[in-house]
Amino acid sequence: MKFFYEFGKYLMFLKSMFSRPEKMSVFIDRTLIEMNNIGVGSLTIVAIIAFFQGAVTTLQIAYQLISPLVSNPTIGSIVSDSSMLELAPTITCLVLAGKVGSHIASEIGTMRVSEQIDALEVMGINSSSYLALPKITAGIIMIPMLVIISIFLSNLGGIIAGEATGILTSQEYLQGARESFLPYNLFFSIVKAFTYAFIITSISSFQGYFTSGGALEVGSSSTKAVVYSAVAILFADYILAQLML
Amino acid sequence: MIEVRDIRKSFDGVEILKGISTKFEAGKTNLVIGASGSGKSVLMKCMVGLIEPTEGHIVYDNRDFTNLSYKEMRDVRREIGMLFQGTALFDSLTVEQNVEFAIKMFTKMTPAERHDRVNFCLEQVNLPGVNDKFPAEISGGMKKRVGIARAIALDIKYLFCDEPNSGLDPVTSRVIDELLKQITEEFNITTIINTHDMKTVFDIGDDVIFIFEGSNEWQGKVRDINTCGNEKLTKFIQASYFK
Ligand SMILES: Nc1ncnc2c1ncn2[C@@H]1O[C@H](COP(=O)(O)OP(=O)(O)OP(=O)(O)O)[C@@H](O)[C@H]1O
Ligand SMILES: [Mg+2]
Repeated sequence: MKFFYEFGKYLMFLKSMFSRPEKMSVFIDRTLIEMNNIGVGSLTIVAIIAFFQGAVTTLQIAYQLISPLVSNPTIGSIVSDSSMLELAPTITCLVLAGKVGSHIASEIGTMRVSEQIDALEVMGINSSSYLALPKITAGIIMIPMLVIISIFLSNLGGIIAGEATGILTSQEYLQGARESFLPYNLFFSIVKAFTYAFIITSISSFQGYFTSGGALEVGSSSTKAVVYSAVAILFADYILAQLML
Repeated sequence: MIEVRDIRKSFDGVEILKGISTKFEAGKTNLVIGASGSGKSVLMKCMVGLIEPTEGHIVYDNRDFTNLSYKEMRDVRREIGMLFQGTALFDSLTVEQNVEFAIKMFTKMTPAERHDRVNFCLEQVNLPGVNDKFPAEISGGMKKRVGIARAIALDIKYLFCDEPNSGLDPVTSRVIDELLKQITEEFNITTIINTHDMKTVFDIGDDVIFIFEGSNEWQGKVRDINTCGNEKLTKFIQASYFK
């Protein structure tokens, strides 16, 4: 019951938010700032995770498929496909749910408990749109880019790990990756990235916006933002796989 | 003019405002006085729509605020300036950006014109030269004054101040009082001030309403306050003597 109430409130929040921005130039400025926060600010962590994820997957696949029947390029094709289809978008976005989600929820939550959102409202500004729309827009632009970078780096991680351990050469890896490459998989991956970007930024803004109380509640909103975003991502992951694969 | 018609507000079954009706006229400093916890802030927030009253109506110059759509409500709010009791400055913005905020949002002024307007507002509250500081870097009294500067940044028709001079030294308090009175008269603004500073009441007050435990206990002209014959109000005023 509570779930439906909250979900309805979330939909109403989205509805109130999608209105024409008060002033376009202010909206664009704020979106650019958020693009920098969300995109550039997450680059390092996303890069590290992607690289190691590719490297570890390569080693594990090689370990599991030890058999004369499996050719080395097969390893490359499995690693590159699984990074593109699942690991790069989903793992990256789960990490971003933690990093970006908690940041958004605590920022907006603090503004709520210190009456800054009330101050916006009294000025005649649509506060949900002013605060959340630039974040959501920035997320939808930047997170898919992060996912593309992450796909690239996890393959790079796979290649380097393969070479470093002597499991397979970079030629073999790339041969496997090329043979199994389907443009549709890349498309699927980007659709996932867009969906997750919207989930993370909108759920976190929602949690922050409806904080009430003080510092403690800001903390719990931020935790909820991360947990709910992560669960929603996994749920959407399943739905998308069923719909599109 | 703002008309308050039988406003009631309950939180979790506890009635905080028990049917308040009054009128606040333009060009006058209207004071709302009452003890701590009597419901002054709640009344002010009901008037600007931040708290939805359980019952009653707020009418801004014949526009029934309580019946407006969200969009129409925002149009009315653009004519409102408000100082919050806790100032509610935007803490990620500098003093200049705080005061500039509504100007940037709602006018077509150039950056230079905006800068001039910001400086003008900051001079009005006796606070020049702090433009580039963040709210966390200035004192509580300075925050109050930035809050007032932000409230008067646009040409407003209604000004709400929740305890504009609590936490200010006596000299600055008088400066702020005089400023509020002056802009009220000069621009014919409907000004509503919550206060428990009796010096403010006698210095700049025109009309006063005294709230006691959520009810409108007394209202009238400041000059009649000493001869009001209301026991609770007399007690409230006497408590502030010899302070
Ligand atoms: N959001 C809320 N939820 C529940 N109760 C509230 C809420 N806001 C205010 N109250 C209650 O309403 C009463 C009046 O509070 P209010 O802030 O209006 O007092 P005040 O007259 O402004 O006092 P002060 O002079 O100290 O600012 C208090 O008892 C307070 O506990
Ligand atoms: Mg108060």
